[in-house]
Amino acid sequence: MDAARLEPRVPASSADPAPLLSGAQILMAALRAEGVDTIFGYPGGAVIDLYDELARSAIRHVLVRHEQGAVHAADGYARASGRTGVCLVTSGPGATNTVTGIATAYADSIPLVVITGQVPTHLIGNDAFQEVDIVGITRPCTKHNYLVARTEDLARIVREAFHVAASGRPGPVLIDLPKDVVNRRIAHAPLTDPIRLRAYRPNYRPNKNQLRKVLALVAEAQRPVIFAGGGVIRSGASAELTALARRIQSPVTGSLMGLGAFPGSDPLWLGMLGMHGTYRANMAVSHADLLIAVGVRFSDRVTGKTDAFAAQARIVHIDIDPTSIRKNVPVTIPVVGDCRLTLETVNQMMGAEAPDGLAAARRPWLDRIGEWQRAHKLAYRQGETIKPQFVVETLHRLTGGRAIVTTEVGQNQMWTAQFFHFDRPGQFITSGGLGTMGFGLPAAIGAQMAFPDQLVLDIAGDGSIQMNIQELATAVQCGLPVKVVILNNGYLGMVRQWQELFYDKRYACTRMDHQPDFVKLAEAYGALGLRATRPEEVEAVLARGLAAPGPVLMDVLVEREECVYPMVPAGAPITEMLLV
Amino acid sequence: MTAERHIFTMLVDNEPGVLSRVVGLFSGRGFNIESLCVAETIDPKISRITLVTMANPPVIEQIEKQLNKLINVIKVRDLSGDDAVKREMALICVQARPEHRAEILRIVDIFRCKVVDVGLAHYIIEVTGTEGKLTALLNLLRPMGIKKIARTGTVALLREPN
Repeated sequence: MDAARLEPRVPASSADPAPLLSGAQILMAALRAEGVDTIFGYPGGAVIDLYDELARSAIRHVLVRHEQGAVHAADGYARASGRTGVCLVTSGPGATNTVTGIATAYADSIPLVVITGQVPTHLIGNDAFQEVDIVGITRPCTKHNYLVARTEDLARIVREAFHVAASGRPGPVLIDLPKDVVNRRIAHAPLTDPIRLRAYRPNYRPNKNQLRKVLALVAEAQRPVIFAGGGVIRSGASAELTALARRIQSPVTGSLMGLGAFPGSDPLWLGMLGMHGTYRANMAVSHADLLIAVGVRFSDRVTGKTDAFAAQARIVHIDIDPTSIRKNVPVTIPVVGDCRLTLETVNQMMGAEAPDGLAAARRPWLDRIGEWQRAHKLAYRQGETIKPQFVVETLHRLTGGRAIVTTEVGQNQMWTAQFFHFDRPGQFITSGGLGTMGFGLPAAIGAQMAFPDQLVLDIAGDGSIQMNIQELATAVQCGLPVKVVILNNGYLGMVRQWQELFYDKRYACTRMDHQPDFVKLAEAYGALGLRATRPEEVEAVLARGLAAPGPVLMDVLVEREECVYPMVPAGAPITEMLLV
Repeated sequence: MTAERHIFTMLVDNEPGVLSRVVGLFSGRGFNIESLCVAETIDPKISRITLVTMANPPVIEQIEKQLNKLINVIKVRDLSGDDAVKREMALICVQARPEHRAEILRIVDIFRCKVVDVGLAHYIIEVTGTEGKLTALLNLLRPMGIKKIARTGTVALLREPN
């Protein structure tokens, strides 16, 4: 314990306007200045002084059970609220445990600030106890990262980190804080000068000449499709996107990350695009003459074979990140800019009134899409065993479609994307780019922290849930009433599905022969455990679980060998769908 | 699409880890680095990196965009055209047998380079020039036996407008 910290915080002399503050005090003040009210973390030797200060501050702390859970929780908090999520962990293993969470946030452009403890500066490079070069390790999976070498730099770096994390294309930023930097006391006055990052100026405002070309393409188009991605949600462009779609009478599809950007109950909504996209979405994009892609990066899970993707379409690509444009697919009109600002400008330039006859002119295209929809709807047959799709549909019905939903990764995620129709941005929280199993439960905890009064649901698989099941203790300790529904098929279902379809049913290492009793496990953690084994039990069990006051784990034994359809085999054109 | 050779020059913050960010970008995304040259500029807070790469045009576009995206990269320029001066330096240790000594010195004279170290059986030659000049010199010296070589990689500067 540093004896100096027992001294009064404000110096006695009024002649010196800058009080002597420790790095820990400066950090807490800087976090408060950024509006931080919640931190997810896990203490340890290198951050014990920070925790000592944190406990005295007004910032709430959520004690997770594993640092990966802290990052996913901060991520879920950020996705649900639109604010920057914050984590605090110790050096060495504490820091390395955050890497998967950081990479998850990086892949999905989620604003996070991850603060890691570090050994004192004089020990850096000496292979000290719990020393790891976390700045080096996370360089490829952070938007930017910092090693704070001097206490004098700390306040500026914190401010820069929050600015970088949340602006432009958002992403995680890591700050590595050596113990001596935290403990040193310096004369410190709050920063007043503006942030100076001469090489970082995201381009928000789109080029109007490009937008005029976009308008010309829209006017000519007979078969437009709007393709919305996570960028629409991150930039808060849903209202503008919806207005544009209705104004030009264009159907809308979305990437997994884009679900909720456009109302899932709107007649212009096509459902998700890509590998497990709807038949009509994949067909519509493949037959469109204009594709307006907003805040997307044309992931391989969306495009399938890129040469065949939207082959008849001219493509408009709106994105704040220039590297996203022309990375995976060629583009007719690139527009670098903030999605909301860009769509707002497009809508203004276009005017609210649709030209006469637009609705009639669009009819053949919408009719054709209707035919595709009638030919191959998303479907399943509920029989003797519980179908996972039925569980998701029942959850949608019982929650009135209003819950915040997180998922794990795999079949549970795809069925949720297909059968839970999301009407608002921030409602669907899933690890899209990195595909991180174990994401859903901690993310639900974070979302519940952001919205204590809303129903937060994690739709899980029996494999994924076990990757961060320990966070159930966090939910119980913090009184966070998250509801977990396990679609339990006793398999790593998505890999098993690939093995069934492409590996002659050789189920190599995908069967989970031994599973815990999830009901007892929930009870052991102090949560409520419920189980449904037959179709007629599903509704009552889910209704009971959703209505229960605290955290609940619902174990639903579903059809073991159900597959997610449609499915486009990896690398095939998206028109080549395997159907039910 | 055919691969093209491009010379990128960039001004970067002169801070620890910045070179690693640039190099890590290349290795992580599978871009190739033919040569790399880094040193402080007249402003001690800023370094200049000159980097030569080979890639097809869409990848070159990605490289330039990805470099610009790095927070510590202040400015990137593609100096592949004629409006830039490009030079490389090499130190070449060549075997100098009695029958070759005069011939080597003649070559050194023709190429306007310098002998900076002499021994009973070797010369070390310092040469500066375009990559073509260095290649031509190496081709002439190779038959004598090149013992060691150290090359700087290309540095380049945009010409000032007249």
